[in-house]
Formats: sequence, structure tokens, C-alpha cells
Amino acid sequence: MLLPTVLLLGYFVYGLIAWSFNTSLTDRHTARKGPASYVGFANYGHLFGEDRFLNSLKNLGVLTVAFIVGTLIFGLIWALLLEKGVPGESIFRSIYLFPMAISMIASGVVWGWLLNPSQGEDARGLNRLFEILHLHFLENPWWTAGSRWTTMASIALPAVWQLSGYIMALFLAGFRGIPPELREAARVDGASEFKLYRHVLFPQLSPIALSALIILGHMSLKLFDLIYAITGPNQFRTEVPAVYMWNTLLRSDMAKSAAIAIVLLAVVAVLVIPYIAYTVRQENEE
Amino acid sequence: MRGGLSKTLALVGAAGLLAVSACGNSDNNSGGSGSSANKDVTVFTWWADGGEKAGLDGLVSTFATDCKDYKFVNSAVAGGAGSNAKQVLANDLQAGKPPSTFQAHAGAELKDYINAGQVDDISQLYKDFGLDKAFPQNLIDNLTVDGKIYSIPANVHRANMVWANPTVLKKANIDGTKAPASVDAWIADLTKLKAAGVAAPLAISKGFAQEMLVEAVLLAELGPDKFKGLWDGKTDWAGGDVTAALNKYKTLLTFTNSDREAIDWPDALGYVNTGKAGYTLMGDWVAAQQVSDKIADTAYTYWPSPGTEGDFQFLSDSFTLPTNGADPDGAKCWLKTVGSAEGQKAFNTKKGSIPARSDANPADYPKYQQSAMADWKSKTIVPSCAHGAACTLGQNNDILSAMSQFSGSPDVAKLQAAFGTAMKTS
Repeated sequence: MLLPTVLLLGYFVYGLIAWSFNTSLTDRHTARKGPASYVGFANYGHLFGEDRFLNSLKNLGVLTVAFIVGTLIFGLIWALLLEKGVPGESIFRSIYLFPMAISMIASGVVWGWLLNPSQGEDARGLNRLFEILHLHFLENPWWTAGSRWTTMASIALPAVWQLSGYIMALFLAGFRGIPPELREAARVDGASEFKLYRHVLFPQLSPIALSALIILGHMSLKLFDLIYAITGPNQFRTEVPAVYMWNTLLRSDMAKSAAIAIVLLAVVAVLVIPYIAYTVRQENEE
Repeated sequence: MRGGLSKTLALVGAAGLLAVSACGNSDNNSGGSGSSANKDVTVFTWWADGGEKAGLDGLVSTFATDCKDYKFVNSAVAGGAGSNAKQVLANDLQAGKPPSTFQAHAGAELKDYINAGQVDDISQLYKDFGLDKAFPQNLIDNLTVDGKIYSIPANVHRANMVWANPTVLKKANIDGTKAPASVDAWIADLTKLKAAGVAAPLAISKGFAQEMLVEAVLLAELGPDKFKGLWDGKTDWAGGDVTAALNKYKTLLTFTNSDREAIDWPDALGYVNTGKAGYTLMGDWVAAQQVSDKIADTAYTYWPSPGTEGDFQFLSDSFTLPTNGADPDGAKCWLKTVGSAEGQKAFNTKKGSIPARSDANPADYPKYQQSAMADWKSKTIVPSCAHGAACTLGQNNDILSAMSQFSGSPDVAKLQAAFGTAMKTS
């Protein structure tokens, strides 16, 4: 039963990873066919000596932090609010979860409009909203100016909007999975509401928080469509390795784009492999 | 839990099988249409709507009468000013399944395909079709790579054009019908406009529009010969004259709209039409856009960008003969149509560009094109990097990245170095 899956994954995933890695070691810098010669890790050396690639890696780091922190905070807040039991809970749950149903490329197009950098009388998008509400201090140029942090946080904003509901659902399921006896016992022992959450409920959520972290982390590292839709393909300020890879592939620089892909895979692996090791160990213990 | 897991795996496996069979199907389909047994001519373009689609339709109807043995098969990929199409095309070429002929910007952009051995030398066709006499020598020189020509241009556009709103310019008593004599004079006018209350007198959009503006400034400041040299390696990018020109570009950027990284050229043109801005620099496809937007031709003026009066910065869409194409005879018939006087007329009157042939009759064309056709014959022809005549895709990509970096934090030395590095790669 497992054999076809193993074969398919073996070829289409691991086989192609090996192929990409192989390509990244060659000097195949054009679409020309025929034999290519091996240049060792020279392509990687060039990449890490390149302003543009290092910039994209830094952008990616900032994006990932902003995205994970933002999503976890909003997801947790919404989960806490709903966990207390509000009237019409299922409606709110759906409202918070809905953004996830929209494809990133579609929400990216709309957020591209919302994040229009014009301010003052010309303001459009979210800045227009702030203008109407007389919240002038909130108007800002979004991703088009300012530091790397403000730039990438603006890019993370749509992603946070889209994924917070999902994290809320994860946490909510976690809260519901905690036996009510634990809460009652804590209350009987005289724990305050804050202490109840801090010492009894949150520790029970840590496996879920870890899963959420991994899911968000690998999504953020591979993020392409949102950035492509909001800023276009050649925007230095917001370029991440996935977008840079697309750009190098467009110019048929096979070796370089393969090298970027492998670096990206390595970064994701740093995040995912410890998690897999951890879960496997947990399962074995059970 | 275990049962759930194996079920999931089974589903993933089934999905994988479906994907494989889907691939198989599409392979069969393209194999069928690409076989040499039938007489289909697959023409790959990014002309999918608007004036471009109308132009292609015009070309197709000429093809239908000229090449009765063959059937036109449209293989257009929409979106992204050709960037989506180029990705699809790269895949097809890589897989060894080229279309019968494909669209590419004439000039340096073809080098990628030439270096990859994906297009054939068609110098002989120029002689067979008499195109070596019909096209201006200056254009043929710009198309020739190491003594060989690889494509037939269907049209010509002019890149170094400024579109102005005379009503706005009147606020600062500037005559909108006359171009400032130089970039400095233009900056002086922009300063006056700003003082007269026009906050961002020069409208500009993201990406290639900024690249076009910097090219126009370089062309004005360096002159056509040194400008051409920038792209073929004869002019040093590190020179002091380049620094001076880039500093003027930096000054020009201070007169532009702050949302430049977020808008496209039709939006920037809209700023001029609605009176928010006085000028925008954009290629002459603006003329067709103004007609389709129903802007009265008294509401705007146009002239070559300041200091480039004597130069025609050209870009051109052309068609190629892919190596090992399915049906080269059909493709050659298409190329013959593209280069013919009737084909160029059918295409260009609808697309809003001018024919590459110098024997076309101006009376067949609208007002703007008539003046452009006269200029095409009399001015110095220089190539455009932003539109592939002077730069390869890779060089262009590096330059665009540097332009967007400059737009956020203007550092002339960095931009100058980036240009130099970009032009050293291929």
C-alpha cells in the first residue's frame, strides 16, 4: 500500500531535489543543452558574496519573525476571546477563519491596492481610511520607504491577516482538548484567572504552539505569491530568495536558481528536521 | 491515528498518480499539434488583448491570404508585459518543443536565445524577402549579432517620449507645445511647477518606467554615440559624465509622485490626464492608450524627452525561427507576412506602432504615427535597454532591481556600480 507513494515521492520529491543539487554544482548558466562542467560550490560562493542575495536573506529573516510573531499574537488573542464562550461563537470563528480560504495571489492583488503609499489628500487604500478617520499619524508609506523592518512588516501584514484565523482554530482546539477537571482543580486551589492560564492552560498548549510555529515558519520561508502580487517581480526592497529564484530562472540561469533553491531548502530543513525528530521521539515514547 | 495516516498517504499517492497522468495527457496533446504531418503554424506571443490583440488579428488575416497552405494557431500567453510568456516559452524551448515561431524583443534580448542555440540565423530570408532594402540600414545594424540576423521586426516603438498636460503647465506659464532644450531646462520647469503648487509635477511608475527615464537622461547628457557605447561596452559606466547624468536623474526623482513603486504606467499617465502632474515619460504606445481612453488630442502634448530631440530610441517586437521547429516552411511563410508591407500595415495601424519598413505610406496612419514615421527616417536610431533592444533579460533584471533599490534610498554611486556590474554579466 505504501510502495507507490514511496516511489512517487522518491522520484518527484527526493529525486528532483538531488537533480537540483546536481545542477547547482555545474556551470549551466544558460538554457543551452549538452554537457556542463562541475564547478563545485562556486555558485554558492558567488551567492553569498552578492549584495542582492544577502539582502533577500535578511528580508526573509525579518519577514519570518514579523509574520510568526504577528500571527501567533492575533491567533492567541482571538482564541482566548472565543475560548471564554461568547454568543455566536461559530459565526466569529468562521469570520476569523475565512481569510485563509482566499488564495495568496488574490489577496496579494487586493493588499497591493490597500497598501498604497500615497498620503494626505491623495491617500488611497488603508491610508485613505486613516485619512477619513482623522488618524493621520497612522498613515505611512508602507513597504515603499523606511527600514527593512517597516518594509517587511508591511509585507507580513496581509499574511498575518490571512493566517491568524488558522492559528486561532489550532489554539481553540487545544483549549477544548484540556480536560475541564484541570481548570476546576486549579480554581478549587484558589488560582487566579491569570495564574490558571499561565501555569495550567498555556503549558498544555505548547505542543500546539510548536506545530503552529513550524507551519508558519515554513510558509513564510517559501512565501512567493503574496510578494510577487504586491510589489512585482523586481523589487529590491522586498525581494526574498523565492522571488530571486524566479528572477534567475527567468533569465535561464539554471545553476544559480538551483543553488538558491537548495539554500532555501536548507533553511527550511533547519526549521523542520528538529521538529520531525522531536515528534518521532515523542511517538516512540508513547 | 494510524489508520488516518495511511489513508492520507493513500490520498496523496492517488493525487500524485493523477498528476502524472495529467502530465501524460498534455504531452500527447502538444505532441499531436506539433507534428510535421499537419500544416499548423503555432505563433507564440504575449499579445492577448487590447490594441496588441487587434494588431495580431490584422497580421493573421494577411497571413491567411498570403499563406493559404497553412493554418494559424494562436499560442498567446497573457500578462506581465511578456514576463509570464517568457517563462512559458523558456519551458517549451527547454523541453525541445519550440513553437513554429515566437515573439521576442529585437536586439540584445535575443542573445539569450542565440547563446542557448534556440534560434536560427535568418540572414538569408532578409535577402529572399528583400528586407535588407526595405528596413533602414541603421535598424539592421542594431539587429545584427556577429554578422547574423535572427529575427524579423514587426513594428517599431519610440521610447524617449514625454507626454504633457498643457493646462497644468500653464499654471507656471510654461508652453506645453515646446520641449525644454535640455535636462537642466526641464528641471528648471519642474521647479517652477512645484512652486506653482503642483506637488509632484513629473508622474512616474514602477520598474521599467524608471529605467526609461534614466535612459532618457543618459541619452540626453552623453549623446547618442556614447549612449550606445554604454550597452556594447565601448563607454565606461564608471565615467564622470555618467555620474553627472545619474545625479540629474536623482534630482528628477524628487519631482515625482511618492507612490511610484506601487503604480503602473497607465496610472502615471492618468495623473497627467487628470491634471495631478504635468509630465510623464513613456513610450509612444501612450498614443494608442489616449485614443482608447478617449482623451481629446488637444488635452495633451508630446515631444521627445528633453535633450534627445535628434534621437529615436527604438524598441521593436520581432519574430524568430526556432531551431528544430516543427514546420520551418510554415514559420518562414509567417515571417514573410510579418516583414511584408501589407502585414506591417495590417499590424501597426491597429497596434498603434509604426512599421519597421521605410516604404510605408504615412497617410494610412493616425496623426501621432505620421510624425513618428518621419522621425524614424530622419533621426539617429539608438536602442532601448528597458525593452530588450540593448540589454539581455538578465542585464535588464539586474538593472530593474538596482532601480527599485535607488527609488527607495537614492545612492548614485551604488546605482552606477550596479549598472556597470549588470552590463558585465550576460
